[in-house]
Amino acid sequence: MAQIPKSQIDNQQIIQMRSVSKFFGTFQALNEVSIDVSLGERVVVCGPSGSGKSTLIRCINQLEVHNSGTITIDGHQLDGKKNSLQVIHDNVGMVFQQFNLFPHLTVLENLTLGPVRSRNLSKSQATELAMQYLERVRIPEQAEKYPTQLSGGQQQRVAIARSLCMEPKIMLFDEPTSALDPEMINEVLDVMVELAESGMTMICVTHEMGFARRVADTMVFMDHGEIVELSETKKFFEAPDSKRCQEFLQQILPH
Amino acid sequence: MTRILLICSAALLLTACSGDWGWYVVDPTNPKGLINLKFMISGLKYTVLLSVTAIVISIVIGLLVALPGLSTNKWLRGFNRVYVELVRAVPILVMILWVYYGLPQLLGITITVFWAGVIALALSDSAFEAEIFRAGIQSIDKGQYEASHTVALGYMDTMRFIILPQAIKRILPALGNQLVYMLKMSSLVSVIGMQELTRKANELVVTEYRPLEIYTVLLLEYLLLILVVSAGVRWLERRWETDSLNK
Ligand SMILES: Nc1ncnc2c1ncn2[C@@H]1O[C@H](COP(=O)(O)OP(=O)(O)O)[C@@H](O)[C@H]1O
Ligand SMILES: [Mg+2]
Repeated sequence: MAQIPKSQIDNQQIIQMRSVSKFFGTFQALNEVSIDVSLGERVVVCGPSGSGKSTLIRCINQLEVHNSGTITIDGHQLDGKKNSLQVIHDNVGMVFQQFNLFPHLTVLENLTLGPVRSRNLSKSQATELAMQYLERVRIPEQAEKYPTQLSGGQQQRVAIARSLCMEPKIMLFDEPTSALDPEMINEVLDVMVELAESGMTMICVTHEMGFARRVADTMVFMDHGEIVELSETKKFFEAPDSKRCQEFLQQILPH
Repeated sequence: MTRILLICSAALLLTACSGDWGWYVVDPTNPKGLINLKFMISGLKYTVLLSVTAIVISIVIGLLVALPGLSTNKWLRGFNRVYVELVRAVPILVMILWVYYGLPQLLGITITVFWAGVIALALSDSAFEAEIFRAGIQSIDKGQYEASHTVALGYMDTMRFIILPQAIKRILPALGNQLVYMLKMSSLVSVIGMQELTRKANELVVTEYRPLEIYTVLLLEYLLLILVVSAGVRWLERRWETDSLNK
């Protein structure tokens, strides 16, 4: 992944969400959410539990199908049909809080299954690709192990590598370090920082504010299914417009 | 288990000396008894062949019925419910008679005793297999489907590479139970003339008039067969267990 020139970043919107709403039964989890993400942009999303952060990014890769509004990925509008799936599969990778590795497959098999089955790579091409990404997340020596034999931090790095093997343009992270023991958080964040620096378009739901300050171009604060604050990182931390966002930051930032 | 078996057979042998028993009909040390015994054991081949063929088919049908049951489409789920409820309500013996005498008339075909038995047993069991598969697949974490979606696998690939391998491992004990159940139920196919263990015993009883001894041997035949199969299933489970832990 080459560094993407800044000029290109500014004018190419890879994700456009316009007035997106999502209901679970009668409960509205997303309320008219709009956001644009440019190619190469790093967005960090925070907000209290239940505010709709997961729902937001799950709508982007259609794990949840939104009820109204439009989501456009790389110029293609998502409509819940087969073509949308293809657009998602070609563009969007995702890393979950609970890793969700395939426990019955080795690390290497976890990484090669997608490329072999859906990107039509040969076994040896896929293995080469997988080893390359395992190097990047710094665990090539674990290739033949099963997920349960790895630590949480290692498992999450495998999950990141598994997504990268699909060579997506956008990576979504849903609280990737929340399920980890404290001493393993940094090894995962380091990998994510490197990924951000390589120019990957990222949307991360996380409360790791040190990480956010370091890599985010844009910060988003959500509450009750709405985007309450959306601003450039420096402004977000120094002078957020909304009161709720200020209060939230006060709670989670060390004083 | 083997100890219990030994005690039982010892007890039987002891009572055998008390007069009412006529073990000679199946005594391998006398020529007539040996022939009878061989005759009885010759049914084993069909009992096993019948049960194994039927269980394989019922697993396939069970899976094909289970998958619609997990769909979000209510018609597909409805199909699953109706199939399971209907098939489960038919007694196996009735199913065997219906498939052997009824089905050929309905379809205008002839059907051998063996295949009638296989079809009847497989159909009967498929409802149970469907429920087992449904439960097994439902027990797999939703995150596995979501992860599968992120690596661009479609429904078929997700089932084949992600969900079923994990589900089958979990339901293996239940599938083992069904095989044991099938081995026992295959005895019912004797009514349409299938030359399996029970039929052989019945035929011998008619000529020898020693039901007590012959049916006792029959009972031991099933007992042994099922103990061996159960041990095999447990061995397989253990092997899979260690496979996934130690590789
Ligand atoms: N599948 C679902 N069914 C019903 N309610 C849901 C579902 N997923 C999320 N919700 C509800 O939607 C709200 C937002 O959830 P979520 O996006 O997971 O919040 P966050 O990730 O910010 O904690 C929560 O109140 C949650 O209970
Ligand atoms: Mg969440």
